[in-house]
Amino acid sequence: MARTLLRIPATAARGEVVEIRTLIQHPMETGYRPGADGTVQPRDIIRRFTCHYNNRLVFEAALHPAIAANPFLSFTITAAESGILVFTWEGDNGFAQTETRALEVV
Amino acid sequence: MSSLFSSHCRSDAPAGRRPFLGGLLAIALLRPAAAATETMQAAIRGFTGGVAPQPGGVTLDIPPLVENGNAVPLTVEAESPMTEADHIRAIGIFNERNPQPHVLTAVLGPWSGTARIGTRIRLATSQRLVAVAALNDGSFRFAEAQVVVTLAACVEG
Repeated sequence: MARTLLRIPATAARGEVVEIRTLIQHPMETGYRPGADGTVQPRDIIRRFTCHYNNRLVFEAALHPAIAANPFLSFTITAAESGILVFTWEGDNGFAQTETRALEVV
Repeated sequence: MSSLFSSHCRSDAPAGRRPFLGGLLAIALLRPAAAATETMQAAIRGFTGGVAPQPGGVTLDIPPLVENGNAVPLTVEAESPMTEADHIRAIGIFNERNPQPHVLTAVLGPWSGTARIGTRIRLATSQRLVAVAALNDGSFRFAEAQVVVTLAACVEG
């Protein structure tokens, strides 16, 4: 399991726009870079990131080799109701990881 | 300036050769840049479905001078009330001179609250970046930024 860093406010007012910052540990190998033995390393990147808020897709991103290693993404959502945020990363070589966080709306 | 140049031409070169060489040099220098721009424009056309994006309404925030191209922070913000009737539905980021023109494509909606995304990118060399925002009415807006990179990404083995 790759390490992730998720920064989400624990509570938010109803209707408040909250910023979510995500980071995941991943080399994002571009497929253009030679390795120690001189051969070009095959591509190994995260291709897709999604965020579901109470089972509704609220953010989706397609990533390319131009994204730096340990991809960082920040975006905003409107806090409508208390619920669960589900973050998924999918990539080459069957990479898939899911993290969940609770967001409490007061 | 032109008289200076022509007198120089007369003095040591047969008529007509200097402009020809100059033209050749100009083509040799401009061609890679033009090809790179064309690759990026093709990627942008793929994102917009052929619609030409209009300038304005989008902010592309990136340092103008970066020492290390391996991780360059970047923020894109599009001006929009983000309501059901008027919102940004997607943001695409494109580069000119990395091996591939695509950087990131993000899908948003009225539930996003703001049309602001941030990430960290790689830059292979000094180049131009373009951010395109797709509005829900089918139009597109863009912003561009020029970045100077002193140490490129992807050079060390």
